[in-house]
Amino acid sequence: MSFSVTEPNPATKWLAGLLVVGYAVITLIPLLWIIATGFKSPTDSIAYPPVVLFEPTLEGYVNLFTDRTRATEQMLAEAGPPQTWYDEIARARGTVISGPSRYGERFLNSVIIGFGSTALCMILGTAAAYAFSRFRVPLKDDLLFFILSTRMMPPIAVAIPIFLMFRNLGLNDTHIGMILLYTAVNLSLSVWLLKGFIDEIPVEYEEAALIDGYTRFQAFYKVVLPQAATGIASTAIFCLIFAWNEYAFAVLLTSGTAQTAPPFIPNIIGVNGKDWPAVAAGATIFLVPVMVFTVLLRKHLLRGITFGAVRK
Amino acid sequence: MTDTPIDKAVQRTPEGISRRIRGLSDRAIAWIFVAPTIFLLLAVNIFPLIWTIRLSFTNFRVNRPNNDVEWVGLRNYQRILTDPDIWNTMQATAHFLIWTIILQVLIGFALAFLINKKFKGNDLWTTIIVFPMMLSPAVVGNFWTFLYQPQIGLFNYVIAFFTGADPASFSMIGDVHLAPWAIIIADTWMWTPFVMLICLAGLRSIPDSIYEAAECDRASKWRQFWTITIPMALPFLMLAVLFRGIENFKMFDLVVQLTGGGPGNTTTLTSIDLKREAFEKWRTGYSSAYAVILFVTVFGLASIYVKALNKVKER
Repeated sequence: MSFSVTEPNPATKWLAGLLVVGYAVITLIPLLWIIATGFKSPTDSIAYPPVVLFEPTLEGYVNLFTDRTRATEQMLAEAGPPQTWYDEIARARGTVISGPSRYGERFLNSVIIGFGSTALCMILGTAAAYAFSRFRVPLKDDLLFFILSTRMMPPIAVAIPIFLMFRNLGLNDTHIGMILLYTAVNLSLSVWLLKGFIDEIPVEYEEAALIDGYTRFQAFYKVVLPQAATGIASTAIFCLIFAWNEYAFAVLLTSGTAQTAPPFIPNIIGVNGKDWPAVAAGATIFLVPVMVFTVLLRKHLLRGITFGAVRK
Repeated sequence: MTDTPIDKAVQRTPEGISRRIRGLSDRAIAWIFVAPTIFLLLAVNIFPLIWTIRLSFTNFRVNRPNNDVEWVGLRNYQRILTDPDIWNTMQATAHFLIWTIILQVLIGFALAFLINKKFKGNDLWTTIIVFPMMLSPAVVGNFWTFLYQPQIGLFNYVIAFFTGADPASFSMIGDVHLAPWAIIIADTWMWTPFVMLICLAGLRSIPDSIYEAAECDRASKWRQFWTITIPMALPFLMLAVLFRGIENFKMFDLVVQLTGGGPGNTTTLTSIDLKREAFEKWRTGYSSAYAVILFVTVFGLASIYVKALNKVKER
């Protein structure tokens, strides 16, 4: 490496690295604590002083996925020996498993609504972004500003009329309603991000295709779409994460059939009040996929959070 | 007839459709592509907005559909703007906004500055630092209440460990004076990475040649920092501040899970207050007027934001 005045000296680098790693470790503690608590027994989870080394148990996960009832000695004796390992964990606490909990359903709702809205959003968003990028659309800047401004609205304020509208249309607490709503909220992000990605594809490719006799549609899906694939994929992940994490609309507009996981997880209660290992287990299952996606997205993070303005 | 793949594709397309597609002008295609998006946004955003504005002039209540709906003119607005409770809410929101922005900008910028020293493995650590902001605020906020528990909470334990205080003697979310700081700490933990990422982009956009020139002129590092680094990173910093400002002005999920607005009304931010009026007291007309006031505020901030975005884009 050649000498450069702007290259920090090794000591500076060391110190900077040390400070950043220190911050990263501190910031990770709450997340690691969630994951660890999921594997603790109820006693360990509320021990003082907090325990770092403990005997891991799957009790939290069993409690998360099952409903249990308290059983008397006699009932336990009548029920016979435990059939499965999770039965055994429940029996050890003097309870019997009465059935699966709601968590599985709620998680599935999150998956359906997340992926459904992302798919719809990508179809609409790619088409609109292509048009904004390539054609002279009247009032283009105003329309783009309008699209972005819809994202800025406080969700609670928008929720009042949407609640009324959905009630009249019978869309309250339905998957379709939530998919449409999240699609609308995410469209601003997808249009702005995708427009940036499509702007970067040279127009000459399409022009060549058009001269070769492609129609506009063919040029769009045979030339532009494959080129924009990375951009579309990362935009899709951003939309998915948003729909996955969304809480305000979910808590106001869904209660039963279409409720997603975020409003559900905080309300998990055990037999003796708040069951923190179960809450932590639910949170872990819910949060870890997002962390994986974050690692996949790392090159495009900045673009995503600034609506494509900062590209690096 | 030639046999190129395109011609084959053309032949395979049914006559009517192919003529219709080929015949479309670019302008028509543009509209076909844009229309669904605009239509959905009109249906899910603008139509409800107009409805809200209409409701804000009435005394409508969702839970009493049989009551006569009366036009009350501007009375809802008048009541909101003169209500001392609302001003308390605004104060709580302002306190939250100002401190989160100050802390996040200071820590975020410092981190970006350090990461920009290009030590080994900085990419990996940047990704790790970013984790909190990608997660669900409601789920994480709920878990923070566990960290904040007196006696058993990890946060209290750590504070007690370093200060020697009794970990059971203070409750971050139960104390009137501490609760506003509890939400500021959790929000700062969550969103500092956001400011950091934007600042990092700003610092990386400064060309090395400027520092080299300054070095030739024997400008001290300190002077370089204040006359080159800060001014050149400022548009990015502004962008981060505006974005955090807008986001925290409408903050709901994290805080509602952490404190639920309590104790008392000390952490009742505007969104939480609005939720209570609209979905607990069901004062639909009144809360619609409240919502309109928030719309106007956010819309004003948003238009400044877009101007700032465009400025950054020009760089």
